[in-house]
Amino acid sequence: MNSKRYVARSSEIAARRMGDEMMIMSGRDSTLFTLNAVATVIWEAADGSTALDEIVERRICTEFEVERSVALRDAEALAEELAGHGILLLSEEPFPPAGRESK
Amino acid sequence: MSGLATATERFDVVIEIGGLPIRIRVDDPAFLRLLQERYAGFVTSSRQARFEFEIELAPPGLISQNEDVRVRRESGRWCLDRGDFHAEWDASSARGRIRQTANPYSIDAVLRIVHTLLLAQEGGFLLHAASAVRNGRAFLFTGVSGAGKTTIASLAPKDAVLLTDEISYVRMREGGYSAFGTPFTGELAKLGENINAPIAALYLLAKGPKNRIEPLSNAEAGRALLSNILFFAEDAELVPLVFQAACEFVGRVPAYRLTFVPDARVWEMIA
Repeated sequence: MNSKRYVARSSEIAARRMGDEMMIMSGRDSTLFTLNAVATVIWEAADGSTALDEIVERRICTEFEVERSVALRDAEALAEELAGHGILLLSEEPFPPAGRESK
Repeated sequence: MSGLATATERFDVVIEIGGLPIRIRVDDPAFLRLLQERYAGFVTSSRQARFEFEIELAPPGLISQNEDVRVRRESGRWCLDRGDFHAEWDASSARGRIRQTANPYSIDAVLRIVHTLLLAQEGGFLLHAASAVRNGRAFLFTGVSGAGKTTIASLAPKDAVLLTDEISYVRMREGGYSAFGTPFTGELAKLGENINAPIAALYLLAKGPKNRIEPLSNAEAGRALLSNILFFAEDAELVPLVFQAACEFVGRVPAYRLTFVPDARVWEMIA
């Protein structure tokens, strides 16, 4: 079983980094999200081709003092929540280049 | 001429808010008078109007099934609905129709929505905020309901000209931002003055035990602004524009948290 999960940013959003925070607005319903520093790293790394566990290992665990298992669990919860709001896309396969930021 | 069919006589008024003149046509002279009184100070004698709406007055009752405001784009036309009105607006022809009962609140809501759509395309927005001009500069006071917008507006000294106690009108002009007076009133029920001035500062209001001003980070200001911008359209094209406008605004206009005791001394800090 392939447990890898890939994340890609939706194109139906507007986002801007302000200081350590990433502010994201859903184009669908105007809901505003503010991501903290850790979530911002995941958001910025969500290129559709890098698996979530790699993002956690390469970025979160190196930039923040957190255990890998805890970081991965939190990252998965965050990704699912953001996907639920339609601002992040989640898949068990890498996203094809044309599909990234376009769904 | 009796016995001959005649066209229904139409009357019109041009209401200019934020420098954007909109012609409203009605066939009921009593409703026209009501509009002229409601928007006194914003009615222009100019015959030029960039946009035009025709109002069809309906008998009392529900016009739309949507109790809440719903704004969406269908086949190039904007459809605006609330229980008391249904409006359609073709932005390309700049013409629209409004079906509503003979009350001023419906047209008021339609005008607010139309202005939010127009402003979104040029980097401006309507904001839940009181605003006033002092020494040629505009100050905006935003915050959640109960934060003190009406209070600070009611405490304004004589040398401050009130633009609105409820809905501030922000446009980008000549590389900066200006605030315009609006007829959109809150609890004070007092129309703003139809003037404009460059925006000097945005204040996020909070009532407290003593007067204090603290700078807000861009992130804090952005959150405050985005939480208080009026935008109703479910539109993947315009929502990002509103977001970008808010981000641009906080990058250019200084923003502060203004904690204040509700008395006139707070205005000593605003100049």
